[in-house]
Amino acid sequence: MAKAAIDYLYYLRADKLPHMWCPGCGIGIVVKAMIGAIDDLGWDKNDIAVISGIGCTSRAPGYLDMNTLHTTHGRALTFATGVKMAQSTKHVIVISGDGDATAIGGNHFIHACRRNIDITEIIVNNNIYGMTGGQFSPTTPYGAKAATTPYGNIDPSFDLVELAKGAGATYVARASVDNGRMMQKLLRDGMEHHGFSVIEVLANCHTQFGRRNKMSDAVTMIDWIANRVVAKAKADKMTLEELEGKVITGLMYQNKERPEYTDEYDKLIERVQAKTSAKAGSGK
Amino acid sequence: MSSDRSDGSGIVFWQGNEVVAEAAIAAGCRFYAGYPITPSSEIAHVMAERLPQVGGKFIQMEDEIASMGAIIGASLTGVKSMTATSGPGFSLKMENIGYAYMAEVPCVIVNVMRGGPSTGLPTAIGQSDVQQARWGTHGDHPTIALAPAFHREIYLSTIKAFNLSEKYRIPVMLMLDEVLAHMSEGMRVPEPSDYHLVDRVKPSVTPEEYFPYDTRFGDVPPMASYFEGFRFHVTGLNHTKTGFPTTNPDICQSEEERMIRKVMKDADALAEYESYLLDDAEIAIYAFGSTARGARGAVDEARKQGIKVGLFRAITLWPFPDKAIYALAKRVKAFVVPEVNLGQMIQEVERAAHRDMPIVGVNKVGGIPIPPSEILSKIKEVAKNG
Repeated sequence: MAKAAIDYLYYLRADKLPHMWCPGCGIGIVVKAMIGAIDDLGWDKNDIAVISGIGCTSRAPGYLDMNTLHTTHGRALTFATGVKMAQSTKHVIVISGDGDATAIGGNHFIHACRRNIDITEIIVNNNIYGMTGGQFSPTTPYGAKAATTPYGNIDPSFDLVELAKGAGATYVARASVDNGRMMQKLLRDGMEHHGFSVIEVLANCHTQFGRRNKMSDAVTMIDWIANRVVAKAKADKMTLEELEGKVITGLMYQNKERPEYTDEYDKLIERVQAKTSAKAGSGK
Repeated sequence: MSSDRSDGSGIVFWQGNEVVAEAAIAAGCRFYAGYPITPSSEIAHVMAERLPQVGGKFIQMEDEIASMGAIIGASLTGVKSMTATSGPGFSLKMENIGYAYMAEVPCVIVNVMRGGPSTGLPTAIGQSDVQQARWGTHGDHPTIALAPAFHREIYLSTIKAFNLSEKYRIPVMLMLDEVLAHMSEGMRVPEPSDYHLVDRVKPSVTPEEYFPYDTRFGDVPPMASYFEGFRFHVTGLNHTKTGFPTTNPDICQSEEERMIRKVMKDADALAEYESYLLDDAEIAIYAFGSTARGARGAVDEARKQGIKVGLFRAITLWPFPDKAIYALAKRVKAFVVPEVNLGQMIQEVERAAHRDMPIVGVNKVGGIPIPPSEILSKIKEVAKNG
């Protein structure tokens, strides 16, 4: 795939830069990979809606020159569902942080998975609430320090891949900010997948998470991520002991057979209208 | 034919909830998102049946919050959208109702009022969400809330709710109560010639020249839809005309003032009401919804007994008819305000009357409508003390 270099500025609202994220923040890597994925798919930016909730990650849509919607905390998928239902031929991408998507937005998340509506959700998992000042999230590791766990976190954390699979998502992948190429490929395939796609991206928040956990700069934190991740193909050949403490990245699950929600509704309309017009004897 | 669900005679015998749903279809509503809740569920039932027939879409969401989010999303793509609920669900929707005010997204929210607070009386009448309709979501905002009392009026008010939401780019509340919602009443279905439909004003400029909150075109900026090439940004944060966040105090101030002004400058015209026997009245009743039906009976009976009483039947709850009540207060000696709550709209009557005069409530919150006899007793008591 020898393609011309990507014109990132074509997809960005250059007048909104510089962005508001901390130096070294992982979210920028995710936005770059998103643009790469969209460019690779050749999607028209007029046909793309990028929707977010509240938090650092949720500021991403503002920088993208598309149809962008910055909603309320946790609710991005609800707005996205309305957008997709109303305009089912368009591309809808949701980008959320871990707290936004899986704590306050947890109910919406599992139900979007269950419906298998053709939306791509990117969850930038940096294990912390960054914007509000470093409180623990549903993905903060056991024992970690956060603003609200000064004595160490006792909350068990979610495995987002298992959560998405269990709830019915039909494309589930995990990427990490230390491997932009792999991330872009997984985002691309998730966007192309016809159904609800979840891509968890392991990301660094050295400012709020790292600072409290002896990893106060971006490089140390990205190293921490890089040393934990194992690509799926490699992990498949490893023993359980070898996988202890590791996190598997790559395509974790895909099901192309399950019906997509807006397709089902279109079929329902067809069925109902055929019946109604037969009854009324008119074409309408 | 207005509806596939009528028998062709044009006369129907529908519940208030069915009237709302059919009127929404007639108004051009093509997306509905809801969550089951008594006593509004029949609206969802009819929408689920009717929307696919007209090429629209219905979705039952996972909760009330999600339903509200979904209709805002759909509306941003140019599709007229509605949700319906009752008290507990109305509370949950408040977060995203505030978003719709801030982002200026047209949509219609039906609240079939039951007893409250909390789960309260799920199957029984209340009128105790009327101040919540005004101030339920946080922050300053204007409110348009309609409270029709008869089925044909419910039909036309539903259409009006859509029209006003499109005209002003705001969420509009349609406030029914359990009695109206579940009562069946014969009515002639309004024909399209009986009403007009309003669509949001679309931009007349190119995408390059477009701003989603461009006040060059007035206090209600033209609204593009997603996917039409305009690629604009929408946020619940305070924003500039571009739609992007700002904390500039002057812009925050002027934009919030505009969002209130766009509605309140038309407050007098928006405040719809019916005057019944008020010309020579010495006592005025202020009532709305099903309570106004009983109040009318009480007025008729009191008139037979020689008491000069009339009814101010509010069809618009918000904006409150300040000027009309002020003018009325100069002519009458007293107000009686029956409502199925412990005194909510009476505060507005007191405020707007702006006079030292008897303004007394008739208040019941036991889940039953206010009997006309109790309103009559209060009229007689006020007349005697007059």
